Amino acid sequence: MTTKLATMALGALMAAGPALADLVIPDLSYRTGPYAAGGIPFSDGYNDYFTLLNERDGGIGGVPVRMVECETGYNTEKGVECYESTKGEGALVYQPLSTGITYQLIPKVTADGIPLHTMGYGRTSAKNGDVFSHTFNYPANYWDGASGAINYLLEENGGDLSGKKIALVYHNSAYGKEPIRTLEELSKKHGFELAALPVDHPGQEQKSQWLQIRRDKPDYVLMWGWGVMNQVAVQEAANIRFPMENFIGIWWSGSENDVLPAGEAANGYKALTFHNVGTDFPVFDDIQKYVVDTGKAAGAGDQVGTVLYNRGLYAAMLASEAVKKAQEISGNADITPAEMRDGMEALEITEAKMVELGLPNFGPTFSVSCENHGGDALVGVTQWDAANKTWSLISEFKATDGDVIGALINEDSAAYAAENNIESRCN
Amino acid sequence: MPDQLIYAMEVILNGLMAGVLYALVALGFVLIYKASGIFNYAQGVMALFAAMTLVGIMNGQVPFSHLINATFGTHIHYFGWNVPALFAILLTMAVMVLLAWAVQRFVMRHLVGQEPIILFMATIGLAYFLEGVADLMWGSEIKKLDVGLPQGINLWIDESTFNIFGYGFFIDNLDVVATVIAALLVAALVAFSQYTKQGRAMRAVADDHQAALSVGISLNFIWIMVWSVAGFVALVAGIMWGTKSGVQFSLSLIALKALPVLMLGGFTSIPGAIVGGLIIGVGEKLFEFAIGPLVGGATENWFAYVLALIFLVFRPQGLFGEKIIERV
Repeated sequence: MTTKLATMALGALMAAGPALADLVIPDLSYRTGPYAAGGIPFSDGYNDYFTLLNERDGGIGGVPVRMVECETGYNTEKGVECYESTKGEGALVYQPLSTGITYQLIPKVTADGIPLHTMGYGRTSAKNGDVFSHTFNYPANYWDGASGAINYLLEENGGDLSGKKIALVYHNSAYGKEPIRTLEELSKKHGFELAALPVDHPGQEQKSQWLQIRRDKPDYVLMWGWGVMNQVAVQEAANIRFPMENFIGIWWSGSENDVLPAGEAANGYKALTFHNVGTDFPVFDDIQKYVVDTGKAAGAGDQVGTVLYNRGLYAAMLASEAVKKAQEISGNADITPAEMRDGMEALEITEAKMVELGLPNFGPTFSVSCENHGGDALVGVTQWDAANKTWSLISEFKATDGDVIGALINEDSAAYAAENNIESRCN
Repeated sequence: MPDQLIYAMEVILNGLMAGVLYALVALGFVLIYKASGIFNYAQGVMALFAAMTLVGIMNGQVPFSHLINATFGTHIHYFGWNVPALFAILLTMAVMVLLAWAVQRFVMRHLVGQEPIILFMATIGLAYFLEGVADLMWGSEIKKLDVGLPQGINLWIDESTFNIFGYGFFIDNLDVVATVIAALLVAALVAFSQYTKQGRAMRAVADDHQAALSVGISLNFIWIMVWSVAGFVALVAGIMWGTKSGVQFSLSLIALKALPVLMLGGFTSIPGAIVGGLIIGVGEKLFEFAIGPLVGGATENWFAYVLALIFLVFRPQGLFGEKIIERV
């Protein structure tokens, strides 16, 4: 009896004692359902990078990272449930990988004081940190994507798009409609004709849209798609013999998933990007050595080097660099969500830093500030080589049209601030 | 001839082809409803399951490999061989027969005599279960399906119409093949139900379960047979749609395209599924062509249901459905 009591007392003492420090990073993943093919590689890349830091460096600043994965199924309600169930564990930053979940989380994270990073998706005007105090969308957003595509086409056409026809094939949802306003403004500025063609969810049947493209003969087609819509669009473009090199998708329409089903016919298709592709970077040697070979890879370990894996890895790298910055500013190794937000707001990604991390030229250089939560908005273009089944970066990361996008962001964020009585905080 | 009229003709032809693809999905629903009065919510997932199984067999993929590897610490994913398409189709059909037996043995048999809504709910459960099994069995990545069907513009139609109208019509070779296959499938199904012993037994069960039982027809056998035939139709639909978009989980959503077809054509008529598919295909494409640009486009999904509802107002049982008369 005495032994039992002593054991219970020891147990209670251990439970009441201080927990070992760790950096909690939730991963709102979707490994099941219709969009799992996109969710799995991103989540694998996101997890593997933190596993690498734990295994190779003992965590960040000596504190191990603890990943908390929660399955959202790309469902907004489940995503919010995941947020509510994990935030109490000391979550430092959320990366929900869904525009729908992002819109629901923006007011919640602001109230809870936890930063939200929506890299290349979510609410574009969240770039205005003066209004969106806890939401970050660096290094690029949808409107940067639209402008990046037009800038690329300007370069292709000697700086003149007047008289050209550009069609936008888009997912008929809030996400798909994001670039329309920007493209309309850019069409006024550069004199090209814009035709917007919506595709209903999920996008398995697009015959009408591609018959119209065949009749109207646009010079270029841009695409804002996701899931099955991408694969069908690439196949339909091939069917009507639309020149693939004149077909450019947003970064969510530019993974291996989107082009492999069309086989050889997808050769030459292009996609925008804000990070590099492939495995020709020193960090992948470490991923192989410390993560894959030791059996600690997330998922099946078969996604390393795919476009979406690299995107997840890049997101994790940006989060870990923000943790380092937060540790540096606060002087604490075991940081709080508030300190993480400060770290994200002071983040600066230089080429020297990326070389040091084993990721030379993996993404654009940029800096974040209180006013600017979106970075420097540099966008590149990739192209698919069907024979070798590889994507290649065919342009540098280049500046987008800050005048047009800045005005739209100010307009949208001002409306949000007025609706929610948000006062300026950065002055 | 005015350009718009020529374009409209092209749209109508493409609508007919799309309608055939919708009808292929609707046929599976009709077969099961006709024989057992069950609205099989899982029909779309059956098409997904069949297509995933076909690709998995063709590629020599080890089923449940993720589960096996996680349990035993192994790293096996493929057997290291490829199976020819025709043989893989036959093996997939065998799997669908096995699935039909399992559905009958473990689900439907225990629900004999239950209300139709209970049976419907059971098929909802079956749909989610089957989706999970497919994920576990074959993985969730998008797979290319190539059983040798031609794809891309039909050059003969393109050149012929160009010579006549000065504008070449676009018709996808895959749609032409789908039309031929659908015609053969319907002919085979009609011949089976009219001229074979099993087909007549199936019709007898559809007419009156009790009467069929009293003359010695085995309900279990008939229902396994019906679910097997529906599985075969699902496989055909899965091949056609999977070739278009790759085999992936969104394939199960093709069922949404079949619902207006069923509403219009009736739940109990095989010709109804075909005619309903054609009307929906042409109707939605023409509406998108003529009215879509005026209202911002993307009208096809909702207009298909509007069209079906209009028909329902005048013929609640659908164009070819059997009139329901219930005496009090």
